[in-house]
Formats: sequence, structure tokens, C-alpha cells
Amino acid sequence: GLFVWPLRNTSVQIPCQFVQLYHVANKRLITFQYCNILKRMYVTQCKRDLSQRAKPKSDSIVSPFHELQQLDQEKKVVHKISPVSPVHQSWSGTSSRNELREMKSAAETEDSVIPVGAESKECRQWREMKLRLDDLPGILARLSKIKLTALVVSTASAGFAMAPVPFELTCFLLASLGTGLASCAANSINQFFEVPFDSNMNRTKNRPLVRGQISPLLAVCFAASCGIPGIALLTLGVNPLTGALGAFNIFLYTCCYTPLKRMSIANTWVGAVVGAIPPIMGWTAATGSLDAGALLLGGILYSWQFPHFNALSWGLREDYSRGGYCMMSVTHPGLCRRVALRHCLALIGLSAVAPVLDITTWTFPIISLPINLYISYLGFRFYRDADRSSSRKLFFCSLWHLPLLLLVMFTCKKSVLEKEDKGDPPGGSHERALGIRLP
Amino acid sequence: PPAHSRSDWIGPPDRHSNLRPIIFHVPAEESALERRLREARQEAQASNQRFWARHNRAFRQEKEEFIYSRLKAKGLEMRDESGRKATLNAEEMADFYKDFLSKNFKKHLQYNRDWYKRNFRITFLMGQVALVRALRWLRWRKKNVEP
Repeated sequence: GLFVWPLRNTSVQIPCQFVQLYHVANKRLITFQYCNILKRMYVTQCKRDLSQRAKPKSDSIVSPFHELQQLDQEKKVVHKISPVSPVHQSWSGTSSRNELREMKSAAETEDSVIPVGAESKECRQWREMKLRLDDLPGILARLSKIKLTALVVSTASAGFAMAPVPFELTCFLLASLGTGLASCAANSINQFFEVPFDSNMNRTKNRPLVRGQISPLLAVCFAASCGIPGIALLTLGVNPLTGALGAFNIFLYTCCYTPLKRMSIANTWVGAVVGAIPPIMGWTAATGSLDAGALLLGGILYSWQFPHFNALSWGLREDYSRGGYCMMSVTHPGLCRRVALRHCLALIGLSAVAPVLDITTWTFPIISLPINLYISYLGFRFYRDADRSSSRKLFFCSLWHLPLLLLVMFTCKKSVLEKEDKGDPPGGSHERALGIRLP
Repeated sequence: PPAHSRSDWIGPPDRHSNLRPIIFHVPAEESALERRLREARQEAQASNQRFWARHNRAFRQEKEEFIYSRLKAKGLEMRDESGRKATLNAEEMADFYKDFLSKNFKKHLQYNRDWYKRNFRITFLMGQVALVRALRWLRWRKKNVEP
């Protein structure tokens, strides 16, 4: 299921808009539960001044970036250039004096917020590199980016739910589990590849491999022990097509996207494909074939990635530049904004195609038009203004836009029964995990 | 780290390279394979440290120079009346970031290649060491279990 994190000091913006849209949606019986769970995923840790925005339902390109830090604090250009210490930090320094100085200077170098709390203090000391078994679950959760994995699984579930076949619980569970395992494996390998780069970026410097809490060997073994059973489960327990898609997605993410991030801006497009595949996997798990509906759902996720990621990357330009990541926001800022806007508009188009493919009724493009127009409006503002506030607005909008869109899509889904026997009353025979069908 | 410790120790991030230094424990009965692993890790650590310390230093320096030159072009001083450092906003800095990234592109490509090679080699050696240790332990168990 989804991870539910306690709600602490969320920004006011999100709940308000949720409530607004909820009313706009004509008091439909959207399961409020679902909305609440999603809202709770937006955790703001005010204590450490970090905003953890759990990215809803997509893999890949935002996966490295799902912790958005307080931009106002970080991106101040004023850099406290700490005076170069006359004593070079000796590597095998065992003298306590050096350690102390290292600890002090490490505290200065942090151009992020002043760390509070015991955990950060622990980071500043020398730690024994021994694996503690009771820490292991937490470490593996962070290694596999468990929150992101949960969102990927929910995207796949959305794909499964939208497929025009009767709902099968075992198939659904197997597909979700397999997708989750595959995602864990991919994320672990990604972290395995990126240790020195993660150390240098504020957002990622607390990852387990960076902190030495786990050895690279163990990370690879964990990835293998998740990936192989996951893909096997998908291939044998669901169907070979889903298994193949899962394996391909792991390959695309670890061997294409991750190295490409440092070589060319094309990584964003590859990452968007990685994010689009899970719902396709959900669909093929249900139907066993790759229909136009699957591609449409994948297309929606694909287009969504761009406003989401481009807006996010706008605020991280300094870290990308220093870390050597080739991102549009750094090298081709104009293109970055154009692409974001283009894909916001594409979402409107894709929503309109849904009823043509018999996936949803005609109500879907109509109901989704307000939210799609809103994100397009923010995309346009981002395109025109190109500043931090517009990029943030667009990013936060994308966080609720996607779950809401998928929810509306689901409620507008064309019933299988409706297509078969027009006479019988709809609903009732298929129990859905989410929501109640509308007459 | 204490002298009697039998494991490696990892420290806080270095202020220049942001990498965490590791002090490797050299066991008395270290095998040739284990020595190769340790040396590979030490070498990788040193190389990473060199690269990132130099790279980050260059970044900071060039950033300072950029800010200085831009401020001068605008006719402002480095510090305003209250003594605080003058800043440029993110949009003005964007030119610098783009420039810096393209200047260091080749350097990064080279580093990436090296890093991936080293990473694979170290992990593979770790695997070998772990396998040898496991076999050794199994043999020891067998010897001790049997009368």
C-alpha cells in the first residue's frame, strides 16, 4: 500500500486547492480516503528546513529529486566562502585535533541549513563501518527509495484499474508486488552508480551508500535479490509481456538514464519513458496485451514528467552545474520552459483522446479540462516569467495534478458491462479498490 | 578510530570534496586478495578526493570571479553599506552555471569512465573476498562439527 507519513506543517496551498477542486467536481463520491493519503505524502520537515515532497506516481527522472529543499534558503548566491584552512586535511589523520577541525569545517561547509537533531550530529562523527542488523530495514528502505517505489506501484495500479477487464485481485497483487520489487532494484543500482555525485549534492548526501552505512556489494546483492524475484514474479505469475516491460524498464533506468544524466540532456526524455512504463505494465498485467489504451496512459504519464521535472530542476541549477549533470535547465533554459509548456498542453490533448479509445466516457475530457487548463496556465507563466516562484508553483501543481487526473479518469472509466449488455444496470458486479462508479 | 577496532571507519564529509574519508583496517592475517581490495579502495578514495576537491575549489573560485565581474559591470561593490556581501539573483547566475558545466564536460566524461570502472572492480573484488571468506567459514564449520 501507500506509505502514510504524518502531516506536519504542509504548505497551505495544497489542501486549499484540493478542497476547491473537490467541490468543483460536483460532490462526486471520490473516495476522500485516497485524497487524504496523497495529501499526507507531502511532508514538510520544518525542523530541518527540508521539504520532502513525495512525488506522486512516477518513476525515474524525478526519482533522484524527490526531496525538494527550502529553495529560499539554499539558492542564495551568497556563499560563505570559508577560509582555506592552512592545514591540509590529512587523510589518514588519526590525531583528534584534525578530527575536531574536520568536524568544525564540515559544519561550516554545509551551505544548507544548520542541522538540528541527533541524526545530523551522528553524521559529523567518525562511525564504525559495521552493519547493524536493526538498522538494516531503514537503510534498505532508503536505498530502494521506498516512497518513490510506493508511488510507482500506485501508478501501475492505476494502469491495472483502467484496463477494460474484470478485476482480478491476485493478478493485481502480483503485478503490484513485482513492480515494487523491480523499482527497488532499479533505485538501488542507481544509488550504487552515483555515490560521489550524491555526496556533492545537498539533496542526496544522506543516502546510505554515501554515508557508508552499507557496502556497495550489499547494495548490489540487495538489488539482485529484489530484481530477479520481481521480474520472475511478473513473468511467471502475471504474464511474460509485463515481465519483459519490467526488465526493460530496469535496464532503461540503470543503464541508460543514469549514465546519460551526465552526458546529454536527452536523459530527461529517457527518464520520462521510464516513468511512463509502470502504468503500461499495470495495463498489460490486466489484459495481457499492449493496446492503445495502455499507450495512452503511458503517454499521459510521459507528458506529465516534463512540467514536473523541468519545474523542479529550475531551482537546482547550481547543484547540477557543479555536479556535472547535463540538464535542460542549465544548458538550454529556453528549451526547458518550452518543453514544459508543450507537454502541459499535450495533456489536454491526450485527455481528449481517451474517450475516442473507449477507455473513458466523454465526461472525462470535460471534467479534466479545468485541471489541465490550470497546469497549462502555470506552465505558460513558467515559460514567460522563468523565475523561481513560477517554477515552484508549477512543480507543486504537478504534484496534485497527476493523482487527481488519474482519479477522475478512473471515475469516468467506461464500464466493461456497459459495453457488453446495455440493458443491465451498471456497477455492483465489480468491486474496485478505489472509488465508486457513477451512473 | 580506536586502535583495537577491527572494522573500517568512515568520517564526516571532507570540506572540499564533500566525500567521506574511510580509514581502512588492515588485519594481521590479510590475504593477497584482501590486500588488493583495500588498495583498490584506497586508490579510488584518493583519486575521488583529488578530483572533487579540485573541482569544487575551481567552482567556488570561478563563481566568486563571476560575481565580482558582474557586480563591477553593474557598478556595485562586493559589499553594500551594511557590510553584507552583494549577491546576484538566480537568473544572472544561470549564465555562469551553463558556462561552467560546458567547460567541465570533458573532464566529467573522463571522470565518469574512471569512476564506473573503479566501482565495478571494487565491488567485484568485494564479492570475491566475501566468497572466499564464506567458503573458509564453511570449511571451519565442517572441521569443528565433525568429531
